[in-house]
Amino acid sequence: MRGLDLDYMLGLVPVILGYVPLTLFMAVAAMTCALLLALLMAVERVVRVPVLDLFVRLFISFFRGTPLLVQLFLFYYRLPQVVPVLTQINGVTAAIMGLTLHFAAYMAESIRAAITGVDRSQWEAARSIGMTQGQMMRRIILPQAARIATPTLLNYFIDMIKSTSLAFTLGVTEMMGATQKEAAGSFLYFEAFLVVAVIYWIMVEALSQLQGRLETRLGRAYVR
Amino acid sequence: MISVRGLTKRFGTNTVLDGIDLDIADGERIAIIGPSGTGKSTLLRCLNFLDRPDEGVIRIGDLEVDAARATKAQILALRRRTAFVFQSYALFTNRTARQNITEALTVVQRMPRAEAEARADAILRETGLTDKADAYPAALSGGQQQRVGIGRAMALNAQLMLFDEPTSALDPEWVGEVLDLMRRVAERRQTMLIVTHEMQFAREIADRVIFMDGGRFVEQGPPGQIFQAPHDNRTRDFLRRVLPVAP
Repeated sequence: MRGLDLDYMLGLVPVILGYVPLTLFMAVAAMTCALLLALLMAVERVVRVPVLDLFVRLFISFFRGTPLLVQLFLFYYRLPQVVPVLTQINGVTAAIMGLTLHFAAYMAESIRAAITGVDRSQWEAARSIGMTQGQMMRRIILPQAARIATPTLLNYFIDMIKSTSLAFTLGVTEMMGATQKEAAGSFLYFEAFLVVAVIYWIMVEALSQLQGRLETRLGRAYVR
Repeated sequence: MISVRGLTKRFGTNTVLDGIDLDIADGERIAIIGPSGTGKSTLLRCLNFLDRPDEGVIRIGDLEVDAARATKAQILALRRRTAFVFQSYALFTNRTARQNITEALTVVQRMPRAEAEARADAILRETGLTDKADAYPAALSGGQQQRVGIGRAMALNAQLMLFDEPTSALDPEWVGEVLDLMRRVAERRQTMLIVTHEMQFAREIADRVIFMDGGRFVEQGPPGQIFQAPHDNRTRDFLRRVLPVAP
């Protein structure tokens, strides 16, 4: 049993920090796309468009029912052959697409639950003043559902940030990939992974601080 | 002129509205009274399709809607000619008092914002809520919330205002201010259909009182006749139970 090589660890910090932007880029890009897709699917699940509903349910079932890692491999290895435009697909693109679809499936269910959780009186009041379905959703129901869904969605975002580490299996040198390479050179695997773990942790903690502020903001109409 | 013919609503095998016929003159104020569970609220909710009636024809001005084959556009048109005041207020919780009033004006009626806000401010003055214009419903008392609810309905200038037990959810201390506001609405000869348990109020402001039981109109007439000389035994029994002094 030897002690930790603290000098090595400190020296590694700036190296890994250099990959934080790529990790954040993948997480933010995938989260944005996933939110949009999830919102569309959630509204569809509430309104129930015939035929489309079947596809949405199948989509959610598949992407919740198979491991993210398997989905990433499917994208990376097969998509270029299926969709010719994507012959140039690189690891980053494949990771963003995989994360988007995977998380959209989960978030669609959370958003659907939040929509149905909006009090019945809000739907009835919106209908009673003659709003169309679209006006009711945009103006009344979705803003209220957003408040209900926010804690859960931020949870998914946290999970998303950490799941970008799987991109390293597609050959992307992001935080995890960089750590792996550094460790392979120094053989100080434990130290290297401890450093990257702490950096992920700090990133998520920073996000949790923002979460509190966001929830206060969204809840300001509900202060007595 | 508003007319309803053969309005029927069933929940499963239970017929809640049994072929209601009703004509309402412009400016007429009608109070509907009767025991709980006799279809009073369902009647109001069917008139603007919050509950979809199974049969019947509703005519408001030149708009005629046949329940059996009502289109989305007809239902929207019907809702835009009526205004609804809910027992539970049902204010938009993500909108301030003023925004609750302007919402329908700017979004549904596409009124310019400045004009909508001017109308909202006039209504807030009338309802005595000017200082609460920017408050969210959660920060308002029950009485204040219901006054905003009535204000929201007033702003629509609807051909028919529907009140679904507007004071039943209120603490007793707030009932008076809500009834006062409704009295002011009534004084303008706004066409109103009011489901209420406030017998004194019904007697005072209604042109006609309808007693409902078992999904039908049992008896109707001027308040003096219904309250002092009801013809039907069921009306008499009901009034004996709800009035402090028997007629």
